[in-house]
Amino acid sequence: MSVTPLVEFENLTVRFRGERTVHAINGLNLSLQPGEMLALLGESGSGKSVTLKTLLRLLPPRRSELEGGIRVNGTDVMSLSGQALANHRGGDVSMIFQEPALALDPVYTVGEQIAETVMRHKGVSRSAAMDVALDMLTRVRIPSPERRLKNYPHEMSGGMRQRAMIALALSCRPKLLLADEPTTALDATVQIQILLLLRELQQEFGMGVIFVTHDIGVAVEVSDRIAVMYAGNLVETGSTADVIKDPRHPYTKGLLAANLHGAVKGQRLDAIPGSPPALERAPDACSFAERCSHATDRCRSALPPVVNVSGQHQVTCVLEAENV
Amino acid sequence: MSKTEASLSTADRGGPHQPLIIAKDLKKHFPIRSGLLNRKTATVHAVDGVSFEVHKGETLGIVGESGCGKSTTARLLIGLIELDEGSIIFDGDALGADIKLKELRRGVQMVFQDSYASLNPRLTIVDSIAFGPKIHGHADPSGVARDLMEKVGLDPERFAERYPHELSGGQRQRVNIARALALSPRLVILDEAVSALDKSVEAQVLNLLNDLKEELGLTYVFISHDLNVVRYISDRVLVMYLGEVVEIGPAETIYAKQAHPYTASLFAAMPSMDPDHRTEEPPLAGDPPNPIDPPTGCRFHTRCRFAEDICAQKKPKLSVIGDVPEHLAACHIQDPASGHSQALKEAAE
Repeated sequence: MSVTPLVEFENLTVRFRGERTVHAINGLNLSLQPGEMLALLGESGSGKSVTLKTLLRLLPPRRSELEGGIRVNGTDVMSLSGQALANHRGGDVSMIFQEPALALDPVYTVGEQIAETVMRHKGVSRSAAMDVALDMLTRVRIPSPERRLKNYPHEMSGGMRQRAMIALALSCRPKLLLADEPTTALDATVQIQILLLLRELQQEFGMGVIFVTHDIGVAVEVSDRIAVMYAGNLVETGSTADVIKDPRHPYTKGLLAANLHGAVKGQRLDAIPGSPPALERAPDACSFAERCSHATDRCRSALPPVVNVSGQHQVTCVLEAENV
Repeated sequence: MSKTEASLSTADRGGPHQPLIIAKDLKKHFPIRSGLLNRKTATVHAVDGVSFEVHKGETLGIVGESGCGKSTTARLLIGLIELDEGSIIFDGDALGADIKLKELRRGVQMVFQDSYASLNPRLTIVDSIAFGPKIHGHADPSGVARDLMEKVGLDPERFAERYPHELSGGQRQRVNIARALALSPRLVILDEAVSALDKSVEAQVLNLLNDLKEELGLTYVFISHDLNVVRYISDRVLVMYLGEVVEIGPAETIYAKQAHPYTASLFAAMPSMDPDHRTEEPPLAGDPPNPIDPPTGCRFHTRCRFAEDICAQKKPKLSVIGDVPEHLAACHIQDPASGHSQALKEAAE
């Protein structure tokens, strides 16, 4: 592809040291084009949030070991430190979280928090920054934004707070927005509002977005491309349509079945047996093999190959290698 | 089932046609106190006149958004919080008059969302499950516990002596289910019991719940915010909004066509699962209003796109929809005599 990717992970490995070692991410290769919305789909412990946090270097530095390369917009994220890292966070790359009530500062008004960020990154005056804050609150469609500017986070409802956090994250026009389960804590009727808002703002600002979620339905609703993770490995990537309509990895198929969309009442669910593996050892075989009904000796003896199914669609599975 | 185990259970008394539990006009208001003198300054209308029946052997799904009162309703059913008004009739026996709370709790058990918080961290798995039978004077409580562990798919040899923190979320929820079954209840209330689990594990637990229901002849009240899960497991569905029932009926009828505009919005808010036909418009704007000061008339009128003056003035009654006698909804549009302009149009057709 001729366009330089906005984000490039090159063989990223993350380990957490402590009483026991946790192999959170094992050799991740993934890229994101400018203006693309990618959903990172996975269950708890799959490494999806850790992947996101490496982009802002938010992992505790003393306990985490990072290997491999991360580039965002040409910048080597791994080598950033001090001022450069502070400029990177919230400037080029910004993040929204699951719990806006915890992510926002309770003792400052929403307007002050947005203005502070704008002043720090753009070096403008306080009143100019307040104008930006007002503009942002209007863009995320908070009703009566002038009044809301002076609100503290606790004076807002959950959906409103999430809108305020989006306004804060986008106030410096980042090229990349990271979204860590931003709608999981919201009610269904509010969730869809926030998803549609994010989709719209992404188009308007032309940002790249990495959207972490455990909910396939949410991923389908927002993303251009889906990357499915399991136990710190990428198992399948492809356009949203490819992954949903033609899933190849047994785990992706299982996840789709477990969504219960179209499940028939009374019929037994085709559940994936067992539970995700402990991440204490670096994998030397397919991590999904022990839960997979198609597993063979080959799966248990070596790492599975990455197979190109078509254009963008890649699967990390022995079965596909045999089909090709 | 062993003899001793059977003697612990509440036997069927009312016969097959007597609803297992009848909730009549349940009401629960929580006072909010503030200020120097700790005076009551406001009231949360958590549950406001909720009535329904649960038939023997069925699964009733309860859906609604946060603050709609679904969990409070569940807690009222099992007597975890005291009723302000209304009555509960368990298999023909009225709570308070014919049976005591303790007897009700023999027959009704509950499983909560947070599998870890609902287990005592200092008790082993086998002791947690055996606790109820032991208190009720069972001869072999740990035998009962081990039998139940096998029923819920946990090998007693491996898991009996473990502590809750040594188990995964799915395994802990199996323990909670086993513990709920330890006194052979007839009704099990599952309050978001699978919501915190990973999707792949959730499917396993749903299979388990279906198996146990069949094997032990249980009745479920299944509370969830996930409409896909509720459709899969429920025979009938009850939809709540701000402390009131807005619609109730057979699951397939409601999933095919929703009578109440709120139910319709709730379904329209589900992600589409089709990348070629994504949702274009959010069905509702804003957040659910605060149950502290609920709107007058129909509580949904502040967010309803069909709302007219009548909706703010008069509270709609639950009435039968179409030709399905068990399908009820509370909306003025469904009542030709309400004075709602769209209702009249429908009646003229």
